[in-house]
Amino acid sequence: MSTRELQLEVLRYDPEQDSEPHFQSYTVPCREDWAILDALNYVKENLDTTLSYRWSCHMMVCGSCGMMVNGEPSLTCKTFVRDLPDRVRIEPLAHFPIERDLVVVLDDVMEKLQRAQPWIIRHDDPPPADQEHIQSRAALYKFKQYTMCVNCMCCYAACPQYGLDPSFIGPAALALAHRYNRDSRDQGKADRLDILADYHGVWDCSFVGACSEVCPKSVDPAAAIQQMKVDGAIEWWKQKLPGGKR
Amino acid sequence: MTIARKAGVWGLFAAGGTVSAFLFPAVIALFLLVAAGRVPPGLRFENLHAFAAGWVGKCLLFVVISLSLWHAAHRLRVVFHDFGVRQDKAVANAVYLVAAVGTAMTAFYLFSIA
Amino acid sequence: MSRQPFVRPLPKASWYFGNARYRRYMLREVTCLLVGFYCFLMLWALAALAGGSAERWDAFLASQQNTAMLVVHAAALVYYLVYMTFDWFKLAPKAMPFQLGEKKLPDRIIVIAHYAAWAIVTLSIFWLAGVL
Repeated sequence: MSTRELQLEVLRYDPEQDSEPHFQSYTVPCREDWAILDALNYVKENLDTTLSYRWSCHMMVCGSCGMMVNGEPSLTCKTFVRDLPDRVRIEPLAHFPIERDLVVVLDDVMEKLQRAQPWIIRHDDPPPADQEHIQSRAALYKFKQYTMCVNCMCCYAACPQYGLDPSFIGPAALALAHRYNRDSRDQGKADRLDILADYHGVWDCSFVGACSEVCPKSVDPAAAIQQMKVDGAIEWWKQKLPGGKR
Repeated sequence: MTIARKAGVWGLFAAGGTVSAFLFPAVIALFLLVAAGRVPPGLRFENLHAFAAGWVGKCLLFVVISLSLWHAAHRLRVVFHDFGVRQDKAVANAVYLVAAVGTAMTAFYLFSIA
Repeated sequence: MSRQPFVRPLPKASWYFGNARYRRYMLREVTCLLVGFYCFLMLWALAALAGGSAERWDAFLASQQNTAMLVVHAAALVYYLVYMTFDWFKLAPKAMPFQLGEKKLPDRIIVIAHYAAWAIVTLSIFWLAGVL
């Protein structure tokens, strides 16, 4: 297998020494079947052990290795060198504060994911423990695509509304709420209503659609958000009609 | 829990967007024909006046113009925000006021067409 | 070890020049100006119609009949079709998921249905206006 030389321009930042980030160049001989993550691992093992970045599974299921590759939020284990030019710019995920090198501070989105109440909410008793809670395949497919999220946060890096105002709860959290709202076992739609109610819930979204375009798992958070907007608008107008409850 | 007011306006935005997406190309084409000096028979006074005098015409014209106004207003509010104008409440009040005035004017003119 | 996270703010007024996706989004959003413009023209027309006389109406038509407006309408029509109507149809399926049994209705079916409805509506308007 032939190798190809890639010029990696990696954004470095040492919080103990640097006042601001700067680019550092590495020349990496890449095998043609490599992902850009392999190139980073090569740098770390052979060229510069001080480079810090997150990665784990190397198979698009853990969501750890999200970074900006030539300006595009990507899973570096899913971005292959054969699809990249010879010069590759690697930066930490946009719209997040940089902790160190390619590692970003994710505290904000961790809190936001919790706010979606991502668990089955029941208001009456589930079936007894010795009985299955039957869910048909059709019922599963209603929400299955929204379960595919690996929390890589590429969608937040792509979303300009989140970049402009981080109070926006954001695509992944909303897709997660939608996943549970559409789950037939869940009864918590009203409990998650504060996502619709809140000014910084679905209503901060202006349907740029970048989130769905960059999502490596085809979750389509933009679709989830628009569906919640429709629900929310119908609910709002229903409350306005005579007999509607507040 | 009360849903944010933005939900109601978004509903108008979505309805107005659907209406204007489907109908405005034809509307622009009609204006284009008039500008070219080729007024189609349907836009002659007798015909258009008869259309606007009837209740079907009134309802159609009201729905098209007012919903499109609300669509444009809400989208303009978002555009201001995207362009970096941070005073969202002030912008919102201004654009929705224009939409409301436009809606009232539409109703007024339609009512005065006998 | 001390933490000093570095914040990279998004330029508030020029972020949409950043990439093609954002530029296309802005081009779509500013179609609201066209919608507003044609609402204004229609209101102007309504005011003339409500004047009650053919002279008043014909005066309005005459005011609309010039080359500048012709160019404006032609350019507006093309821009509107591309960045409003066609974009709206492309995005509409996202808000309306239909599932028949276990299969989700493909987006392109919904898009095609939109185009078909649009063709019918446009042709009907042209027929009613006597263009056809």
